Amino acid sequence: MSAADFQKLAALFPDEVVTHSYVQDIQLPGGAGTFALITLDNGLDHSKPTTLGPNTLVELGGVLEKLRERASRGEIVGVGVTGKPYFLVAGADLSAVKTLKEREHGLWMAQLGHAVYSTLADLGVPSFAFINGLALGGGLEIALQSTYRTVSTGAGALALPEAFIGLVPGWGGVYILPRLIGPENAVKVMIENPLSNNKTLSGPEAYQLGVADALFEPADFVEQSLAWAAQVISGDVTPERKNAVDAAEDAVAERWAAAVTAGRAFVESKTSNASPAPAKVLDVMEANRTMTQAASAELECETLAGLMQTDEFRSTVYAFLDLVQKRSKRPAGAPDRKLARPVTKIGVVGAGLMASQLALLFARQLKVPVVMTDIDQERVEKGVAYVHAEVDKMLAKKRIKPDAANRTKALITGSVSKEAFADADFVIEAVFEELHVKKQVFAEVEAIVSPECILATNTSSLSVTAMAEDLKHPERLVGFHFFNPVAVMPLLEIVRAPRTDDAVLATAFELAKGLKKTAVLVKDAAAFVVNRILLRLMGEVIAAFDEGTPAEVADTALRPMGLPMSPFTLSAMVGLPVAQHVQESLHAAFGDRFPVSQNLQKLIDNGVKSLWVTGPEGKPVIPAETLAIMSFGSTPSTGEEVLRRTQDALAEEIGLMLEEGVVAGPEDIDLCVIMGAGWPMFLGGITPYLDRVGASERVNGKRFLAPGIASAPA
Amino acid sequence: MSPSRSAQRNVRDVVFVDGVRTPFGKAGEKGIYAGTRADDLVVKCIRELMRRNPSLPADRIDEVAIAATTQTGDQGLTIGRTAALLAGLPRTVPGFAIDRMCAGAMTAVTTTASGIGFGAYDVVIAGGVEHMGNHPMGSGADPNPRFMSERLVDPAALNMGNTAENLHDRFPAITKDRTDAYAAASQAKLAAAYSSEQIQHDLVPVATMKPGQGWALHTTDEPPRPGTTVADLAELRTPFRAHGRVTAGNAAGLNDGATAAVLASAEAAEELGLSVKMRLVSYAFAGVEPEVMGIGPVPATEKALKNAGLAIEDIGLFEINEAFAVQVLSFLDHFGIADDDPRVNRYGGAIAVGHPLASSGVRLMNQLARQFEEDPSVRYGITTMCIGLGMGATVIWENPHHPDYASSTADTAITATTEGAAA
Repeated sequence: MSAADFQKLAALFPDEVVTHSYVQDIQLPGGAGTFALITLDNGLDHSKPTTLGPNTLVELGGVLEKLRERASRGEIVGVGVTGKPYFLVAGADLSAVKTLKEREHGLWMAQLGHAVYSTLADLGVPSFAFINGLALGGGLEIALQSTYRTVSTGAGALALPEAFIGLVPGWGGVYILPRLIGPENAVKVMIENPLSNNKTLSGPEAYQLGVADALFEPADFVEQSLAWAAQVISGDVTPERKNAVDAAEDAVAERWAAAVTAGRAFVESKTSNASPAPAKVLDVMEANRTMTQAASAELECETLAGLMQTDEFRSTVYAFLDLVQKRSKRPAGAPDRKLARPVTKIGVVGAGLMASQLALLFARQLKVPVVMTDIDQERVEKGVAYVHAEVDKMLAKKRIKPDAANRTKALITGSVSKEAFADADFVIEAVFEELHVKKQVFAEVEAIVSPECILATNTSSLSVTAMAEDLKHPERLVGFHFFNPVAVMPLLEIVRAPRTDDAVLATAFELAKGLKKTAVLVKDAAAFVVNRILLRLMGEVIAAFDEGTPAEVADTALRPMGLPMSPFTLSAMVGLPVAQHVQESLHAAFGDRFPVSQNLQKLIDNGVKSLWVTGPEGKPVIPAETLAIMSFGSTPSTGEEVLRRTQDALAEEIGLMLEEGVVAGPEDIDLCVIMGAGWPMFLGGITPYLDRVGASERVNGKRFLAPGIASAPA
Repeated sequence: MSPSRSAQRNVRDVVFVDGVRTPFGKAGEKGIYAGTRADDLVVKCIRELMRRNPSLPADRIDEVAIAATTQTGDQGLTIGRTAALLAGLPRTVPGFAIDRMCAGAMTAVTTTASGIGFGAYDVVIAGGVEHMGNHPMGSGADPNPRFMSERLVDPAALNMGNTAENLHDRFPAITKDRTDAYAAASQAKLAAAYSSEQIQHDLVPVATMKPGQGWALHTTDEPPRPGTTVADLAELRTPFRAHGRVTAGNAAGLNDGATAAVLASAEAAEELGLSVKMRLVSYAFAGVEPEVMGIGPVPATEKALKNAGLAIEDIGLFEINEAFAVQVLSFLDHFGIADDDPRVNRYGGAIAVGHPLASSGVRLMNQLARQFEEDPSVRYGITTMCIGLGMGATVIWENPHHPDYASSTADTAITATTEGAAA
């Protein structure tokens, strides 16, 4: 099929930002002949990546067909493809693909890619991709479909992230890559990296794996790539592909099967197989070992068409593009940033583990002096020493340079006197989670600091409003709720109490940006967003356990959701006493929706740290003595029942949170659980999942999100 | 041990190892380098030099001197240093920016060569750049009003075209017919040199991307107009003076381009296995009346010859920058050399190939070096150019391919130079 046959698909996207295919004839050095170089360019600056929508592909296909004719007439000796600065091309236009309502349209999109790319592979002259910058998914597949590839040492982000997005690398990547770099490496690139925080390859890494044949520096990348192409065309250079395999060989067949098996185990461990795409990637790779490329292409198209219609794919696009890439950069409800005040010195009340983590984060990211206080010299010294040791660890791992380490250490000081806060602009407390303790701390701090100094609390369960009550300047208090480990978890819940003023809030959001955190504005309500949702979830599972559901049933009931860890594992990681403490405050605030488990209390009283321990065979078991402490009811549930009950509980709780105005909308709930709890994007965070499984309708009588936002269009 | 003032200081021989340049472009929106940065053009040259001289370790480069007439924007920020960093040279390699208008690159060469002779450097990179599209001549300059109020300089001296017309006034024997004939010959000689592949080897291919066009690769100069006839030139208007003589056809255009060369002490070149394309014999700069700046090469050459203990008859090849045909002819007339003397600008000159101000000096050297290689019968050649505000620059070079080169040991050369300078 010719690209022109896909006009009807292209016509569905009249507003596509088209990435054009500009052709320049290049006279190759050394008299190697005329070379047609295609530049993919959408005419916009580097903040607007080039993407592959249907109109773009039809244009590229038409250009390639003309070049094939020119090649047949002997007018050109080779064809190259490269991109505008910093991009080869970012991949398929996902926002466009997400809106494809009909399976057939998805199939056309898949077939269009193959029609265009197969032309690239069949020009009658060699084709070259010069990977000058970012190349994701369909962008990298353009390169893989070319005969030869060069890559820039400055190219960032080369990847086939389809397994993460909810698709398969179905424009030939899944066929070509294992043959080019070996099945094990292909599984690493197509499965392990996408499912490991969507990791990407740098240019040199891609070259090392064999994704590209030659590596050049950015300063004259296009010139050197063209010179190299001339040498290949004239036969002076023959690229060696040390990782390439012949899929027909028996030894390769064994490696292939082993790599697929290892990939399946990896997918299981990362996603509990809750999303269909990663397994499909491995299915297609497994099947295509014995296929021709054309037969694999058909399988790829059918698989893509199916996956494009899944809500896991649509939810991922919603979560990734609409939330993580867009909404997180423009927090809903944040005041005008012009109101923000400069923060040139920070105080941290407390020198415990949380306080020390905060001090390190502030000093590293904001590069302003941070002073920690505590009640005695020993604690202060311990806190400062902890931070210095963490800096030294980063230095030893070469994550920072010696000068930066010196600078960060020098920024962090300790004092037993809160007088050290006198010239601070922002003082955050991380002391014991008791209201009267925190109120006393703020009263002491307020006696010392300027009237404008912002006071922040890192409380996870107490009322910020109550904390502000006795302040002389209650408008200066804001909640600043981090997640553990502070350096890793990207979420920051910024809590607005009723009297918090806009300048304070604006400063809090600017600080969050400086700290490279995703900030979400939340109302002062018990446990805010993430902990309330997590504890509602854990509460349901623990309740089912207490009622007599076997632990392995209760704790695996939510596996179809693909959460990063099981409820019992999560509560052990948080610490049973901490979990219980927060649950008690939620119970106090909301009543029986957050039941306080007597069994959990008994474990805490007996010093049990986790329900599960590693048994003699390396498998998790519950020791008999742990079971003996607890007592159980006689109304066990099945796993399905626990799952449904949890879904309904989450739908109810989130419905109530939105009614209470805890956040601006369901999108913020989703952003919070993605960034604060690591919930998977194929759930869309959580509300698309609850809409998908019908929990929202069952409990609230309505969906959280309109059809089409994270699901099939109506 | 403390250094002794009476310690014998040896002046070392300086050799021209290699030089390259970008293809020259026409300044302006339609030119090949519209949208391309000047510093990037320099970077391409430096990287090509490093590729062409693989035996030269990058950390042995002791200095990077890059000239630009306008040192702001993409030619600012101490371009010798920025270009070194952008080219990927080690951070230990220093660099500086230098300016002597049109003789920028030439001054970069003579300044660093002096450092080599003195023993401060072993190996240097010297070159120049001018993106006249990004930096029109004189842009941002703020001439002191005293130039006018005290009549220090004729106002005409600040416009190079006017100075060329002034030169015609001073030398009535140089007619417009002669300059047009000279200009047409320059175009023809360049075209011949191109067809004999005498130019291409000096060029570094440069890829550029323009909106709506994609990446293109530039491997040849944009300004030349091969086939230009005297009749064509006769029809051009004279923009500097009504019924004047200077036209766009008998002058260099407004251009973008960069050049760079590697220079080394003779010892370092031998140690590192670097090629020796020319040996520096002497150089000189001289001032003249700013309003007739084009005559500058005459006193500069006389001074350089004197420094070298040579006479004009000893010079077998001339690479003279063609800012204006009249300026070249005034030089030739002074020394009694015919307009079409085959020793002069064998590959044509700036009238054909272009003159991106501060870059041109190294282009002259690249071409002289190639002519030395082609013609071992020539012992000495000069590169010379006129300079705005009334100056001239001349560098005299010796051909290492000449049969007598081996006998001209460092000792005799130093003696000659030293005696010349003292005289």
